[in-house]
Amino acid sequence: MTALPDTSAVGQKKLGLVIDLDICVGCQACAVSCKEWNTQGYSAPLIDDDPYGANPMGPWLNRVHAYEAGEGVDAQVVHFPRSCLHCEQPACVTVCPTGASYKRAEDGIVLVNPDTCIGCKLCSWACPYGAREYDHNHGVMKKCTLCVDRIYNEHFEAEDRVPACVRACPTGARHFGDLGDETSDIAKLVKQREGYDLLPEMNYKPVNKYLPPRARRDKAGTHPAVASLTPRATSGRTGSLAERFFRWVDDKLSG
Amino acid sequence: MSEPKIELSKKNWDEVKSTTCYMCACRCGIKVYLKDGTVRYIEGNRDHPINKGVLCAKGSAGIMQQYSPAKLNKPLIRVGERGSGEFREIEWEEALRTATMWLSEVRNTDPRKLAFFTGRDQSQSLTGWWAIQYGTPNYAAHGGFCSVNMAAAGLYTIGGAFWEFGEPDWEYTRYFMLFGVAEEHGSNPMKTALGRLKTRGAKFVSVNPVRTGYSAIADEWVGIRPGTDGLFVAALIHELMKAGEIDLDYLLRYTNAPWLVIQNEGGEDHGIFARDAKGNPLVWDKNNAKAVNALSIGYVPALSGKFGLPGGRKAVPVFELLAQRFLDESYSPGSVAERTGIGADTIKRIAAELAHTAFQEEVTLDVEWTDWAGRKHDKLIGRPVSMHAMRGISAHSNGFHTCRMIHILQILLGSIDCPGGFRYKAPYPKQTPPWLRPAGKRAGDMRAEPLGGPHLGFPMKPADLLLNDDGSPQRIDKAFSWDAPFAAHGLMHTVINNAATADPYPIEVLFLYMANMGWNSAMNPPDTIRQLTAKNPDTGEYAIPKFIYSDAYLSETVPYADLILPDTTYLERWDCISLLDRPISEPNGPADSIRHPVIKPDRDVRPFQDVLIDLGARLGLTGFVNEDGTAKYPGGYPDYMVNHQRKPGIGPLAGWRGKTGDRFGSGEPNPRQLEKYIENGGFWHQELPLNKRYMRHANIEALNWSVEMGFRLSSNPVIFQLYLEPMQQFRLAAQGHGEITVPAVHSDRVETFFDPLPLWHTPLEESIVDGDEYPIHAITQRPMAMYHSWGTQNAWLRQIFNRNWLYMSHDKGRELGLADGDWVYVSSHHGRIKVQLKLMDGVNRDTVWTWNAIGKRSGSWNLANDAPESRKGFLLNHVISDLLPQRDGGYRYSNSDPVTGQAAWYDLRVRIEKAEPDTAALCEPQFKTLKKPSGIRARPPLLKFTGDRKP
Amino acid sequence: MHPAYSVILFTTSSGAGYGLLALIGLAGATHGAASSIEFAITTLVVALGLISVGLLSSTFHLGHPERAWRAFSQWRSSWLSREGIVAVATFVPALLFAYSWTFSNQAVALWGILSAVMCAATVYCTGMIYASLPTIRQWRHPLVVPVYLVFALATGATLLLALAHVFARGQLIQVIFSAAGLASALVLKLVYWRSIDSTKPSYTIEQATGIGHLGAVRQLELPHTAQNYLMQEMGYRIGRKHAEKLRRIVVLSLTGGLLFCLLTLVLPSALATAAAILAVLWAAIGAVTERWLFFAEAEHVVNLYYGKPAA
Ligand SMILES: Nc1nc2c(c(=O)[nH]1)N[C@H]1C(S)=C(S)[C@@H](COP(=O)(O)OP(=O)(O)OC[C@H]3O[C@@H](n4cnc5c(=O)[nH]c(N)nc54)[C@H](O)[C@@H]3O)O[C@H]1N2
Ligand SMILES: Nc1nc2c(c(=O)[nH]1)N[C@H]1C(S)=C(S)[C@@H](COP(=O)(O)OP(=O)(O)OC[C@H]3O[C@@H](n4cnc5c(=O)[nH]c(N)nc54)[C@H](O)[C@@H]3O)O[C@H]1N2
Ligand code: SF4
Ligand code: SF4
Ligand code: SF4
Ligand code: SF4
Ligand code: SF4
Ligand SMILES: [Mo]
Repeated sequence: MTALPDTSAVGQKKLGLVIDLDICVGCQACAVSCKEWNTQGYSAPLIDDDPYGANPMGPWLNRVHAYEAGEGVDAQVVHFPRSCLHCEQPACVTVCPTGASYKRAEDGIVLVNPDTCIGCKLCSWACPYGAREYDHNHGVMKKCTLCVDRIYNEHFEAEDRVPACVRACPTGARHFGDLGDETSDIAKLVKQREGYDLLPEMNYKPVNKYLPPRARRDKAGTHPAVASLTPRATSGRTGSLAERFFRWVDDKLSG
Repeated sequence: MSEPKIELSKKNWDEVKSTTCYMCACRCGIKVYLKDGTVRYIEGNRDHPINKGVLCAKGSAGIMQQYSPAKLNKPLIRVGERGSGEFREIEWEEALRTATMWLSEVRNTDPRKLAFFTGRDQSQSLTGWWAIQYGTPNYAAHGGFCSVNMAAAGLYTIGGAFWEFGEPDWEYTRYFMLFGVAEEHGSNPMKTALGRLKTRGAKFVSVNPVRTGYSAIADEWVGIRPGTDGLFVAALIHELMKAGEIDLDYLLRYTNAPWLVIQNEGGEDHGIFARDAKGNPLVWDKNNAKAVNALSIGYVPALSGKFGLPGGRKAVPVFELLAQRFLDESYSPGSVAERTGIGADTIKRIAAELAHTAFQEEVTLDVEWTDWAGRKHDKLIGRPVSMHAMRGISAHSNGFHTCRMIHILQILLGSIDCPGGFRYKAPYPKQTPPWLRPAGKRAGDMRAEPLGGPHLGFPMKPADLLLNDDGSPQRIDKAFSWDAPFAAHGLMHTVINNAATADPYPIEVLFLYMANMGWNSAMNPPDTIRQLTAKNPDTGEYAIPKFIYSDAYLSETVPYADLILPDTTYLERWDCISLLDRPISEPNGPADSIRHPVIKPDRDVRPFQDVLIDLGARLGLTGFVNEDGTAKYPGGYPDYMVNHQRKPGIGPLAGWRGKTGDRFGSGEPNPRQLEKYIENGGFWHQELPLNKRYMRHANIEALNWSVEMGFRLSSNPVIFQLYLEPMQQFRLAAQGHGEITVPAVHSDRVETFFDPLPLWHTPLEESIVDGDEYPIHAITQRPMAMYHSWGTQNAWLRQIFNRNWLYMSHDKGRELGLADGDWVYVSSHHGRIKVQLKLMDGVNRDTVWTWNAIGKRSGSWNLANDAPESRKGFLLNHVISDLLPQRDGGYRYSNSDPVTGQAAWYDLRVRIEKAEPDTAALCEPQFKTLKKPSGIRARPPLLKFTGDRKP
Repeated sequence: MHPAYSVILFTTSSGAGYGLLALIGLAGATHGAASSIEFAITTLVVALGLISVGLLSSTFHLGHPERAWRAFSQWRSSWLSREGIVAVATFVPALLFAYSWTFSNQAVALWGILSAVMCAATVYCTGMIYASLPTIRQWRHPLVVPVYLVFALATGATLLLALAHVFARGQLIQVIFSAAGLASALVLKLVYWRSIDSTKPSYTIEQATGIGHLGAVRQLELPHTAQNYLMQEMGYRIGRKHAEKLRRIVVLSLTGGLLFCLLTLVLPSALATAAAILAVLWAAIGAVTERWLFFAEAEHVVNLYYGKPAA
């Protein structure tokens, strides 16, 4: 299935995630719930090497980075979750020699077929976003499945048919939906918050979008309040600060 | 080629059970997916009042805690030296017989010689009850090293507290200030709330020396210098007062602002409230120019002025004293700017924003309610400013006062329990000051006798302390002594040191539960290990002769205990999250919950609560045996949860009481109560009607309701204590008044710190050590994806955090000539560690910080001996000291808040120097590798946790 | 990029094999049936052996070598798939050529040329696997495919020269091919290095994260303190000094190989044989080092997410 499905049709379903960098606190809940679901779900198992030893590691389909941007006291910490963006033009799919890597025509989810993948790793080289992790114990490539086995799973209540990471995220920084449908909540959110693509220059056309951190409000003029209070209780009177203040209080109480 | 067919509706489980998470003390509702009796998947329970469906990293990793190879498997008795790791596996019968023998001997000779302390469990109402029946005064849970400053300051001042007893009104707040919080107990609710708050456009200000986590998403980050929040808050109050931006009506109605304080410098009644013959506090009625009962109505009170009382005494209203304190120039923005590291402009601007939000963005809800005086209100007025604070305030030796100051700031803005403000969680608010006094005072021979009441309480006057006639402490931890008079949660962190040095006296049995006191909850682990292995030179016996410990895992403390009672995991046992303890209530209504076994243990372990109940019966403790001596709760903890009654009708669980399960709060035991809980997803939650949700300190319907529920004894209003009279009682004693005199060594300290009005003082360590020698503050933060030491055995979580760094600002790094990745020495007055440095920008320049409890001892937690946790992970605790440096007079106080005894972890001052480049890339100190006790399972080389698909 | 030995071995060994096969194919095409059966069989065995060893070793790094056959299916878009197909397909003309060249003498020219073309096509595909990846600036470079082709030719020609000498059949044309091959490999490589050193990285960490409007971006925390696949596979970093040293080794070995090739012209036959063998050794060292560097110096865009300021 190496050839990409034609997704150019208007209204073509493009399922994906929208991640709000303004409220992500970097708690790793999405990363762990992703590991938890996928190690028993579609991607089972996600095998960890040396789990209790000196060099524990294994595949995770979602990882949360932290960056600092800006200088000195104005520098900001931005937590940055990163998983597959389910690109519309993903070279990870076209480079795959076996067809194990494919993009679903129906909803655009990019998947690896664990029964046909030969573990050549080429797709991971082709992905600019680091979204593919090789499970060398299993011999196949693993990646975010957009929880394809949750979002359509009839054993769940309708409201639970969302990816594990979205379901878990405590801050509500992760949104899931159809980005191909302009009228969907998620598409509107992207529009309203000026959601952006990662590395648009590479032309992979990610479906997932990131919402930028809102501007900080730590300067005068960023809050409706004035920059400092007029000492109206204590000015224009005589006596010590406390005396002036008590006279103001008296006036208030009798007024 | 066509797309492969994939199964979209696969069901990898055969049942789902709802219970309560315990990967941390937030206690979210979880749904556990099981297949063939094993856990497959855990998700948040959408119906649960705490997490409403979300789940944090730790919660999702619960599976790996369950499959941890560090689980203990069988009771152990020590056969080698302490610390050698040489144990013999024994049967439960032998373990219980041994414990009973040790404990009954002590009980029959001197019950004080049992020190029973518990960590962050949620069965304190059981363990406390057990200790009362046993008769030792030496019981407490972990609050003394955790956050007693927040609890005590809040309970004395507003009858509720930050911590778990209240939270901001997330729905209506427009301006939220968070002081010193990286993670919080209410960890998921905090995150959910912050996300919603920001999405709603409310402003979020984080006051924190470090800008990570929550602070990273704050609209404004105030990178304060540690230990100076009191100055910052005082300056805000100063500004607000000067501008008259305070809610005078609110002060008059709900606080002791108008109460009269006797002014009689040098007299024994100086600073005490003027009271009428019945003991009611007085206010000055301006209309009739006389003092009247503050709790009556219809007067026009004075807030300032000096008034003559019958008998010629003079008195001033509390508010006058308060205003004088905060209008003092030393608390002006300009004066505090340098010390706090916050510009005067910033302080002024934040004060203006607070005032604007409180008074210009008022929220009104059309809800009728009636206050305690019978005044009807046709709406609720909200001042949508809210605050929350935790260990960044708490873990300093000036934390009690600072926390009180934050509450007072909220009160001045009129934002306690109003829409948009700080809101109580049931059973709070309670009386201010709290009515409960610490029990445990020895009256004659108390062998084999229960104690008169609960151990922990709130002293009002020196006579409430637990002192011997010579003024020395009665409790092993020196709680409720002159060292820590308001030690409302005890001082668990002092127990091992005090016991080993027989100060104030030696003990026979140390009994600990669920606290890794040999490591990360020790203020100084090397010293603590030394004390645990110290021997009495005369007898050759250990200075602490017997040590019983209950843990579920192979922690660093296990090898130092003599008898190990292995516990189950949270998925294997019954637990009770009770309103009598640290409940999970929400502002909109009370809640409690249970845990029930969703899987069976695969090893020979027993729930600690069952074991304790069994021991109670074996020891014949009142309350644990029937008249005929048979066990009262043969069914163990679930039996107790249902059938135990603290008072008639009041038991551990408030839901579905009464014979038919139709009573809530109080009612007879219901034999089907636990089934009801399980049916309801493991919890009970009641949403209060709108007219009982707010202003509950004064809302008569709410007050009456809490009496009905058994939360309170009377429906008297909660009057906020701006001025804390009990403190003045202690201060007077220090000045030589009253029957109980303060020993000379302590009198200055008591006089200074027992100021009835909040004050800022230099943190104690900083005031003693040389500031030039130790110029830098060193603090820790909790990592969101790791819970203290117990997350380390978790194969998933330890991939996220298996080592830590010391973080410093680029600015400071440049000044000290240090670069990213350098190895550095961190020295305090008490020790030195070698660690690796990382530079960043978002940290106060006089501060270094690291993640808490990532460093592990080699050999612990069944990790490989060369695991990064022990080679590159470190604890800051190794340079923290149990005791403050010696002062004149030679007495060494615990490194704690002088009011409450709260451990002052974050007072630490250090010096940072570059380590020689040729040294090994290994943290120092390195501890001797712990030996694995027998019976611990082998570590799997590969973790292939999966559903039913085999690779 | 992490230099995986199996991939280095695969590309260098099969490269040399294809080079050799192409050359004897051309020789057959121009000269007809082999004049020495021993020589023919030996060169064929060496060429096909190197190709086979290379192809086999390329499956070593697969997670599921038993499924390798599936890699033939995606020729429409995947250069790896194309390479696999062409590589295997090459065996058809190659074996036919072998037969015709050694025994039958029928259609030698046809099979010889076809083999040579297929060899070139295979190596071209190999080069394209790398050159088509937009994620690695050092690979998506116009010289990558020529370098692959020239190295295959140069190592193959040097081998041919050595084999010819062993069978006392050294000829000037062989020296011309090998020396020209090595010289152009050297030149291409020097030009390539100069080019990747002087072109700016394509992307920055600010672009990758999209938060550059907040100011310069740097990594604060890795997602995990433990390692992961991406850090090991893409995060391989070679020190500048180390790379320079290795580049010098490449230059020296190629030059050495070149010199020994030329020496075969002037030395007496026994010594010339030795020189030709030494030329192979030098060229091999040069090729393997070059291939190792080709990976080690490649910077994957994903490193931006792991804190590299630009890639
Ligand atoms: N994930 C996770 N959650 C936990 C725990 C855990 O281990 N892991 N532990 C639980 C427990 S027992 C507790 S007590 C709670 C504690 O929860 P928190 O109160 O959030 O505790 P800390 O992480 O210690 O956060 C203290 C914060 O205060 C800041 N700070 C230090 N000194 C000062 C100061 O002087 N002023 C101000 N304004 N800030 C300061 C630090 O930078 C840090 O961000 O968390 C609970 N929740
Ligand atoms: N430097 C520094 N030190 C600190 C702090 C800090 O901020 N900085 N914070 C302090 C605070 S607030 C706290 S609360 C303490 C926390 O410190 P501790 O209370 O020591 O917390 P844990 O490390 O979680 O250890 C609890 C023990 O309980 C065991 N345990 C886990 N589950 C179970 C169970 O189900 N049953 C039983 N019986 N045992 C179990 C674990 O194995 C572990 O040995 O650390 C304190 N130490
Ligand atoms: S993010 Fe990477 S793996 Fe996902 S579709 Fe895009 S290129 Fe492929
Ligand atoms: S690793 Fe698997 S999915 Fe990726 S390119 Fe190779 S065969 Fe395709
Ligand atoms: S959508 Fe599913 S697979 Fe993808 S990151 Fe989220 S949890 Fe992981
Ligand atoms: S769960 Fe949500 S808040 Fe936490 S790291 Fe993931 S996206 Fe960020
Ligand atoms: S916050 Fe996380 S670990 Fe704590 S109880 Fe909730 S889900 Fe469990
Ligand atoms: Mo704590």
